[in-house]
Amino acid sequence: MSAEAVASAPGEVWEPRIVAFCCNWCSYAGADLAGVSRLQYPANVRIIRVMCSGRIEPQFILRALELGADGVLVCGCHIGDCHYIAGNEEAEKRMKTTAELLDILGIGHDRMRLEWISASEGEKFARVMTQFTDQIRKLGPNPLAEGGEGDGG
Amino acid sequence: MADEIKKLIKETSAFNCVECGKCTSVCPSAAFNPEFAPRLMVVKALEGIEDDPVTAKNMWACLTCEICNGMCPYKVNYSGFVQGLRTLSFKEGKLPICSQGGLIHTMQRLMANEKLKQNRLGWVTDDLKIAKNKGEVVLFTGCAYQLGTVFADKVGYEKEVPGSAVKILNAAGITPAVLEDEVCCGHDLLWLGDEDSFFKLMDKNVAALKASGAKKVIFTCPECYRTVSIDYQDFSGDLPFEMQHISEFVADAVREGKLKFNRMEKKVTYHDSCRLGRHMKVYDAPRDVLKAIEGVQLVEMERSRDKATCCGVNAWANCDEIGKKIQIDRLKEAKKTGAEMMLTFCPKCEIHFSCATHNKVPVEKSLVDIPVNDFTNFIASALKRS
Repeated sequence: MSAEAVASAPGEVWEPRIVAFCCNWCSYAGADLAGVSRLQYPANVRIIRVMCSGRIEPQFILRALELGADGVLVCGCHIGDCHYIAGNEEAEKRMKTTAELLDILGIGHDRMRLEWISASEGEKFARVMTQFTDQIRKLGPNPLAEGGEGDGG
Repeated sequence: MADEIKKLIKETSAFNCVECGKCTSVCPSAAFNPEFAPRLMVVKALEGIEDDPVTAKNMWACLTCEICNGMCPYKVNYSGFVQGLRTLSFKEGKLPICSQGGLIHTMQRLMANEKLKQNRLGWVTDDLKIAKNKGEVVLFTGCAYQLGTVFADKVGYEKEVPGSAVKILNAAGITPAVLEDEVCCGHDLLWLGDEDSFFKLMDKNVAALKASGAKKVIFTCPECYRTVSIDYQDFSGDLPFEMQHISEFVADAVREGKLKFNRMEKKVTYHDSCRLGRHMKVYDAPRDVLKAIEGVQLVEMERSRDKATCCGVNAWANCDEIGKKIQIDRLKEAKKTGAEMMLTFCPKCEIHFSCATHNKVPVEKSLVDIPVNDFTNFIASALKRS
């Protein structure tokens, strides 16, 4: 992920930039269903497909925020439905830690959200994206985004 | 680049190397890694054999534990040499594989950002007597609270170290000040070569410490202690306060009769972390503290004090199979003493050793299953309530 991909261009009216990690088996298919069902949801969300929500490390979320994303969503299969048995349970534990870290670091845990969205829940996908975008819009721009660039590394 | 390396060779007296190989003979990394040797690294740079020492992977195999510095008859500063190379390497954008995907480094860089207001004192509970931001004695808490958040689930590292330190200071009749604006000391970023972020952190800490009106600053983490006492003073000039490690503070307080301990029947061994031991030369204070607790028996490991080996990882940068071998080796040594637990002050030593035995181990589990505990917590648990 490069800094340009997430940081707003200078002079542009601020629009929330949201990174959504979606698992291949449920949430990404849910996004697909939302698409083919022609459900409307804000275009602020950039989806990154991963094989399992258990793949998402706390670092991914912190790094996205460091590079200037305004919010990060992590979506996976419902508990019990994970394609890899218990990857989403792992994700739940990790996201709990990440939320604590975000609070300690002063970013605030409400810039991150974990949601379970199954392949049949296109409607839920659209609703979550809308709700989360509104939530981020209320929070305002990520303070780290001003200036645009991450520190490299 | 060649000029910078020449300068580095001069600064760290690397040209004094007589190729005796004593450094390599004691290096904990070289003992398990046939591709790495401190002597070879320096000689290659001196002779210009390595095309570009900055891109050499081997430099990341160094643990910066300074056992070689102590052994070298000609006082070559190997760790300084490696640190200099890493700074050059970082400028070129070359990085090692970082533990936790680089999470810890990102956290530290975020702390350097002045736009974020940290919630640093989340560990403070009602029973702790503290002053906020201003006071004669400041407790520099370090990142124990943050690391505790990351590693509690993974290896059971507890975030109670700052709380324990406050309890100890309270028992000695001191109400320490803790700083809301304290940030990471920057140790890991400095040893990763990220000097820019390090300087940002340093400036913030120096400003916060000076504003507190501190006459004495107490550290629990050996890395913070080293970084503030040595690196901060090197880069930003003398600091206007006394610095002390908590073990030195407790040893003094016991001598003055300010601290009393309960009897505790425990057989323990003590791991000298490289930052507290070889870097800061604090060997006796922790041992004096153990002697002061009645019933505690200290059994030394074969390699202790300035010969103590390393926990196998530095700056969250080179956690690999070599590190694991070093850890298993050290744990075997600790277990062999027959102690119930290994104590150490360094949060990283504790995390790395606990991690080594957390999953499958390549040897019989009973040879290495010794709990590794934090020394500060141990002292706090032995305190006599007045």
